[in-house]
Amino acid sequence: MHRVLGDRKAVLILLGPALLVHSLIMLVPMVWSLGYSFTSGNTIEGFTANGLGNFQRLFTDPAVHDALWFTAKYAVVVTVGQVVAGYLLALLYVFFLKRASALVRTLVFFPVVLPTVAVGLLFQKLFQVAPQTGPVNSLLNAVGIDSVDWFGSAGHAFWVLIVMDVWRSMGFYAVLLFAGILDIPEEVLESARLDGASGLRLVRHIVLPMSFPVLLSSLIFSINGTLKAFDSIVALTGGGPGNATTPLTLYMFQTSFTYGDYGYGSTVAMLLTVVCLLVTLVVFRVSRRDLTEG
Amino acid sequence: MITNSSAARRARLAGMTASAAAMVVLVSACGGTGGGSTASPKNFSYLSVTENTTVKTALTTLSKGACRTANEDLPLKVETVPQSGLDQKLQLLAGQNALPVQFAAGNAPALTQQLARSGHVADLEKELKKLGVYDQLQPAAVSTIKALYGGKVEVLPYEYNIEGIFYNKRIFTDNDLDVPGTWAELVAASAKLEGKGIQPFSASGQQGWPLTRLISGYLYRSLGPDALQDVADGKAKLTDPQYVKAAQEIADLGRKGYFGKGVGSIDYDTAMNQFLTGKAAMFYMGSWALANIADEKQNTLGADNVGFMPFPAVAGGKGAVDQYPSNVGLGITLGAKSFDSRTGDWVSCITKNYGATALKDQGVISGFKVNGEVKDATAVTGQVRETISSSKRNVLWFEALFSTKATTVSQTNAAGLVNGSLSPQKFMQTVQDALSAK
Repeated sequence: MHRVLGDRKAVLILLGPALLVHSLIMLVPMVWSLGYSFTSGNTIEGFTANGLGNFQRLFTDPAVHDALWFTAKYAVVVTVGQVVAGYLLALLYVFFLKRASALVRTLVFFPVVLPTVAVGLLFQKLFQVAPQTGPVNSLLNAVGIDSVDWFGSAGHAFWVLIVMDVWRSMGFYAVLLFAGILDIPEEVLESARLDGASGLRLVRHIVLPMSFPVLLSSLIFSINGTLKAFDSIVALTGGGPGNATTPLTLYMFQTSFTYGDYGYGSTVAMLLTVVCLLVTLVVFRVSRRDLTEG
Repeated sequence: MITNSSAARRARLAGMTASAAAMVVLVSACGGTGGGSTASPKNFSYLSVTENTTVKTALTTLSKGACRTANEDLPLKVETVPQSGLDQKLQLLAGQNALPVQFAAGNAPALTQQLARSGHVADLEKELKKLGVYDQLQPAAVSTIKALYGGKVEVLPYEYNIEGIFYNKRIFTDNDLDVPGTWAELVAASAKLEGKGIQPFSASGQQGWPLTRLISGYLYRSLGPDALQDVADGKAKLTDPQYVKAAQEIADLGRKGYFGKGVGSIDYDTAMNQFLTGKAAMFYMGSWALANIADEKQNTLGADNVGFMPFPAVAGGKGAVDQYPSNVGLGITLGAKSFDSRTGDWVSCITKNYGATALKDQGVISGFKVNGEVKDATAVTGQVRETISSSKRNVLWFEALFSTKATTVSQTNAAGLVNGSLSPQKFMQTVQDALSAK
């Protein structure tokens, strides 16, 4: 095996086709897109060179600033929500429900397999105020609070979105972290218990440090997913009210395909790529340091 | 060495062949063949939006009746896409030179003009004159089309709509209300209705345009019929105080709760349903709603209980109540490259017969002449038809001269304006910014 993998030609033959296909369908469009960001126009009227015009516009466009801010806010809140809720659920499975957790695990995992659009519609109905009063508003009315137009203001719509996305994906992170916690050797936990650690102290000093690598992987998964969130937002709020819940992804889509401005859309896509790259670099740096220490 | 064996050479060859094949597949998938728009089409292909069933139904009827001969030479083939995906589809098809023979030309006139500038749209005035059927278009419809499309006839008037306020006659009589002639009277009537627990207006904030239409209505009455042309020409800005005033008036209606609860969540059908089931007293809408009004299943009020009034006058304003906002529905046009003699046969048949067919079968008023005697479905249809034929000057709607971006921005922010989360000043500023962005 070593001889085969040590041979450059063999490596080329083994990697070549996959690399070629990868380059064609991933790298070429990316470079192409970079090229578009120096142009203006669309497929109907053709493209004309625009120099750095799109990049200048990127810095002065208030809609981009709003979208960038929303993306950051959304990514941080949803990531924290997903991972914390997932971790608490995993602790619940392992330490309280123990062998009886299968049913709860399945139930909590269920939203993960539902189509996003269906979940979006479900939450629209749950929180709706008109034409019929939805269950959430009915509940508020029952305790004497007036109905709230959840999708009418930026603040409310943001929180409904957060609740939906955390609910939708916490089951996935719970299972992921559950596997991580199960991996902690029983002897370690046992000896910690003998030393008098229990409850929160056990979690704080034994479980948390020992499940840290899988927790970190969950964070990386989550932040990468939430930075690029698109479908759940389109399904629930469509980016509204106004552009209050429009992330960079949706703004890029609208600019390119609704407003027919491919060049500027590509520039927004570049911004998103840079943001993702920076976040990934930061996460990798942090994870490397911690892993070597741990 | 294993790499020197013939097996390895074969493997290398196979790998290279596979890579080459993959590349060929990818490249061929990327390149469009562009068959649809080239000369001599195979079908009278028609691309429209799923939501609009009127034109599709009437064309199918014609293909079996009056236009049977044209259909035998060039069979009608209908394809639809959801309205939200139309612009994207057109860009894709135009880029590949594969536009159908006849198609809905975008959600905003701006896109149609873009298609026309790049030579994708037939010069219909020239073509119809050549076919000798230009006189089949109603002059009012032609003037609306020209106002929308930079002085050119770029679309056919499959619909010709005027807009105004439909009202529930029974609610008005029961509450001793006269049809409001001025804006102040309209606001007073709304206040009275609201006081009695009747929702004054139903409107779809999800669509947004039924709300922005009220802003343009106010602007046309207060500043005159050129109010929005001035904005398009750069002579005025939406942030000018007299323009913000219009947004303020509409925001006030919202603040007082005249649109009911959660207007931003109300979709088009729900708004229509609220009015037609008597849950709201007034409904700003275009005359295309006549089809719904005539439908007994939808309209539980009975068509006789629905009245139509123009947008009221604004005291001291420069506009007049007989200047109705008008449009030709979703602009439907013909491709330049596929316009041959067989397409011409279809088009001349449509111009001569569509008007009567659409009115008779569906109660829809088009911008084509109605040849032959057709009885109006309801009294309000007759009233609207009379209004159309007698109106001297028409106006457009709020976003008619906006870019696609400004149109979207305006319509998605309209609900915020009436529910108070966006101030009138901020709303107009946001739309003006979108308009000023190149």
